[in-house]
Amino acid sequence: MKSKGIGKGKGLAAIVLVMALAAGCGSGNGNSSSNQESGAKSGGQVIKIASQSPLSGGSSIQGEAIKLGAQLSLDDHKDEFSKLGFTLELVPYDDQSDAKKGVANAEQIGADQAVVGVIGHLNSGVSIPSSVVYEKYNLPMISPASTATEFTDRKLKVANRVVARDDFQGPAGAQYAVKTLNAKNIFVIQDKTAYGQGLAEAFRDAAKEAGASIVGYEGITVGEKDFNGVLTTVQSKKPDLIFFGGMYAEGALLVKQAKDKGITAPLMGGDALDSSGMADIAGPDVAGTLYSSVAGDITKSNKEWADSYQAKFSKGPEGYSVYAYDSMSVMLAAVKKSIEDNGGKLPAREKIRDAVRATKDFEGVATKVSFDDKGDNKYAKVFIYKFEGASYPGSMISEVSQ
Amino acid sequence: MNDILHTLPQVLIDGLALGAIYAVVALGYTMVYGILELINFAHGEIFMTGAFVGTAVLLAAQGTGLAASLPPWLFYLLIMLIAMMFTGALGVGIERVAYRPLRKAPKLISLIAAFGVSFVLQDVVRFIAELRTGNYIVSSSSLYGERMSLPASSISSLFGDATVKTNTLIILGAALLLMVALDRFVNRSKWGVAMRAVAQDRETASLMSINVNKVIVLTFFIGSALGGATGVLFAQQYGTIDPYIGFILGMKAFTAAVLGGIGNIRGAMFGGFVIGILEMFASSNLGTLTGGSFGAEYKDVFAFSILIIVLIFKPEGLFGRAVKEKV
Amino acid sequence: MEINSTRERLAGSKSLQAGLLAAFVVVTSGAVYLMDKSVLAFLLLLGSLLLLYYTGFSNGIKWASAGILLLLVIPFAASGGSSHEAYMEVAAQCGIYVAMALGLNIVVGFAGLLDMGFVAFFAVGAYTYGIFATAQANNFIPGSLFPLPGGSFWIFILLGGFMAGIFGILLGLPVLRVKGDYLAIVTLGFGEIIRIIFNNMEKPINITNGAMGLSSIQPPDLFGFKFTFPHQFYFIVIGILAVVIFAVRRLEHSRLGRSWKAVRENEIAAQSMGIPLIRTKLTAFAIGASFSGMMGVVFAAKQTFIDPTSFTLVESTTILVMVVLGGMGSVPGVILGASLVTILNLQVLTELTSALNALSNNGYIGIPTALSPSKMQRLIFGLILILFAIFRPNGLIRARNRKVSLESVAGSGVYPAPAGRAAIRK
Repeated sequence: MKSKGIGKGKGLAAIVLVMALAAGCGSGNGNSSSNQESGAKSGGQVIKIASQSPLSGGSSIQGEAIKLGAQLSLDDHKDEFSKLGFTLELVPYDDQSDAKKGVANAEQIGADQAVVGVIGHLNSGVSIPSSVVYEKYNLPMISPASTATEFTDRKLKVANRVVARDDFQGPAGAQYAVKTLNAKNIFVIQDKTAYGQGLAEAFRDAAKEAGASIVGYEGITVGEKDFNGVLTTVQSKKPDLIFFGGMYAEGALLVKQAKDKGITAPLMGGDALDSSGMADIAGPDVAGTLYSSVAGDITKSNKEWADSYQAKFSKGPEGYSVYAYDSMSVMLAAVKKSIEDNGGKLPAREKIRDAVRATKDFEGVATKVSFDDKGDNKYAKVFIYKFEGASYPGSMISEVSQ
Repeated sequence: MNDILHTLPQVLIDGLALGAIYAVVALGYTMVYGILELINFAHGEIFMTGAFVGTAVLLAAQGTGLAASLPPWLFYLLIMLIAMMFTGALGVGIERVAYRPLRKAPKLISLIAAFGVSFVLQDVVRFIAELRTGNYIVSSSSLYGERMSLPASSISSLFGDATVKTNTLIILGAALLLMVALDRFVNRSKWGVAMRAVAQDRETASLMSINVNKVIVLTFFIGSALGGATGVLFAQQYGTIDPYIGFILGMKAFTAAVLGGIGNIRGAMFGGFVIGILEMFASSNLGTLTGGSFGAEYKDVFAFSILIIVLIFKPEGLFGRAVKEKV
Repeated sequence: MEINSTRERLAGSKSLQAGLLAAFVVVTSGAVYLMDKSVLAFLLLLGSLLLLYYTGFSNGIKWASAGILLLLVIPFAASGGSSHEAYMEVAAQCGIYVAMALGLNIVVGFAGLLDMGFVAFFAVGAYTYGIFATAQANNFIPGSLFPLPGGSFWIFILLGGFMAGIFGILLGLPVLRVKGDYLAIVTLGFGEIIRIIFNNMEKPINITNGAMGLSSIQPPDLFGFKFTFPHQFYFIVIGILAVVIFAVRRLEHSRLGRSWKAVRENEIAAQSMGIPLIRTKLTAFAIGASFSGMMGVVFAAKQTFIDPTSFTLVESTTILVMVVLGGMGSVPGVILGASLVTILNLQVLTELTSALNALSNNGYIGIPTALSPSKMQRLIFGLILILFAIFRPNGLIRARNRKVSLESVAGSGVYPAPAGRAAIRK
């Protein structure tokens, strides 16, 4: 009997714990709904756009840039929408670069009827499974960063992107490397992620076709700091160029350790090296490193925009900030158009989804946007940049269009 | 084959540098295991904390201009000492809070606690780094970044030249110094005798008027301080650190400790160098050896396979003594 | 005094318990049904299962009411608002993790073997279905036979469990030579090896498609009915979970279950009592792994995309946290632990983060993003592990061994199973 009493006491403790958790959750929920009310008071019906990007983890610099870029565009369009009687609100979600988290968030976003669109994700590996969920809810998404071919090749109605595909970006880089830089022997390194592998394979195949020989193809591990092993192999193969498919944290270390080894061949990478982290980590060694990117240098082509970003968030824009800005602008233009077509009322998600896909010749800050039937941007361009010194961004040296 | 020989000098140099780091971290595992028979999972994180403390001191001193007024070697030494004091105290604190209450609990429970400590440390360091710098990947400048060439080709034309950073030599020197000092301490000093006595039989040692708790605290302090010092060396060598560097590195250092025979200090040093060189060799030559079907991406599989194979076929390690279980 | 007497009255009167429970269920399910999105109400509704556990009814009635709650009340209540699928997604993921935690509980809780790479078996199950339910298998099996139709899903649940069981035995073999903390580190290494291999097996033969992962996995298909929404997967998960729980309850008190516990308490003593050490340990690994493998198949079908990043060390640790939190060796405890951790991960942390974000966006308070709750997963898990190890090593719900009365054993010549009250303490 006594033991039963103890059991009960512990049971109660367990229940109290559940209640405490529930209460924490409830208060969180309460807060967000009260926000909604205050928003509603100031400007009518609330339209929410969600952003999903990694706000924590190894890619958080870029994830944060996506959130802020989207935020800036949303704030720029607030007045426009309040004239129509709507209040815009950004709901940022953290997908932690984790497919499971992304999908679970997507279910929550889809369930929230006030959300009409999603800006995201960064990683193709998260965009692909999450887009399946958005498809179920007819919720349009525009990715400012996912380049994997599979993302749009499944011909989903909701999946769009403003950036170039891997099988355009990789070959564009390869063209430049082989034709302009006259690289004959190329060593390809990739980071064994969906992004790095996709880009590296596209580059490798295109470079081979263009006449260069691939003297090595190796994988590294994300999160490692010592790449001396692979670089020793690189050194023994004496390539003219090293291509790296992967993120900036590893790319910068590769650059630095290659210099330590006395390797003079420059390193070239994809849009993931388009980050201030490159210069922070590699320091002066970064000079000479090339990367392809899908946006022109915003700090030069549109200084005004870059300054407004700087003023608002007190940090400089990253490469993805401007794609996120344009993605959000495209999204909002489509929402606005479908509201106007619907007689001033917010239409069903299907209408907005189709309006997004129908986007034609939208003039964004960084790029013109026209979606084809798969959701790829017809005007996506690839720019080749080169780091001149330990400062970000590098200078633009070439431009490749489709 | 020629390729492999050609790159061998460079592989050996890089492998030695990595191996030295593994070896010193392995010492921490082996000392704690020798005394408490507990895998201190948090040891990899102590190493990582040392790297962060060192980098923080470096950045702070560079910010105030203090760095310029000191000769770089003294500054380097100072950073290492500060990091060692900090991580030593941290190790003692962890022992006091998380391990001592569980000393009589089953193994499973203390292992779980150790695992928990490792997670907590990762996140706390991330908090602080992110709050201070906005990003948890922190980079710093290297005090000794000069490169020099090692003309290995003059020995035989089969070898290629190797490049060495000054810091690589510092790592090797510092690691050897630390290891020799520890070896002498354990084998010659009074406290070292006490340590070995406690490792052999805690109860008998306490009957011989050895303060077991003090010995355990001292073990944690020394092991953690060594880990912290290695962290500083690591941060200087690679220039970039993040809160997650400790875990996998710790696993490999543990592999080194097992390979050398856990509880055996000289064995751990040997194991560290072996694992470092093997790993470097695997990552630069696996692709060549298998004709491209398996590449450098398998190097961790390689390291963990060594661990599993050693544990299955020679669990006492290369230099350890087989222990018969007492009923 | 007052509280005590109320409690005694409550413990004594079953009709009072039933009434209170029913009222609780009606109120919370009504709230879930009517309110648009209330995580609180949904959690309280799930909490009714916990209340049910603490009632004094016979096991049969408890199981029947749990069945009614899970199969009818919860899906119906959740279907009211627009958050239907979001609730069901959480519930389905909960179920998946509960089954995995129950599998790990066999290995860690019953047999006392610390396995830190448990997610490897989940990966094996997921890839077993993923490879054959996409065109991937065409790469190494001639003839364009693949993807297999969604109808094969049901067979693959068993196949996935079977494959994971085989891997469990593969891992178990070294374990025969390795003990205690060495075991922990070997399993940790094993988990990493499996992940790295899956991540790299796109060459020389493309088996797993490497880091690119497998996408467009066929959804399950039952006589032409396709399962795509979380509320449909929920029922599959509940079905498998029922089998798993039934199996675990039966195993726990079987001869095998008692052998596991005997091995856990003292290996040498167990061996000298005639328990075959090798077979006992291997079955623990195989059965535990197979539960995880079955849920891996469901996971692959639900996500329609798998890649190696879903099977990292953090995932293994999460499952371990569930077992430690709930109570090692305690089936109801592990179910509770797994549900709590999943909900914490998916709902509470996310909701808190977005609430805080909304606050700082509106300029009420400035919270640095470093402190956002969804990043604190590791800290929370670490603290749970440490605090529970020190203060509550038996978890939220302590494991209880079935009491064997001396009279029933006396004279029969059978040695009673070690019936210590403290399950894990030596």
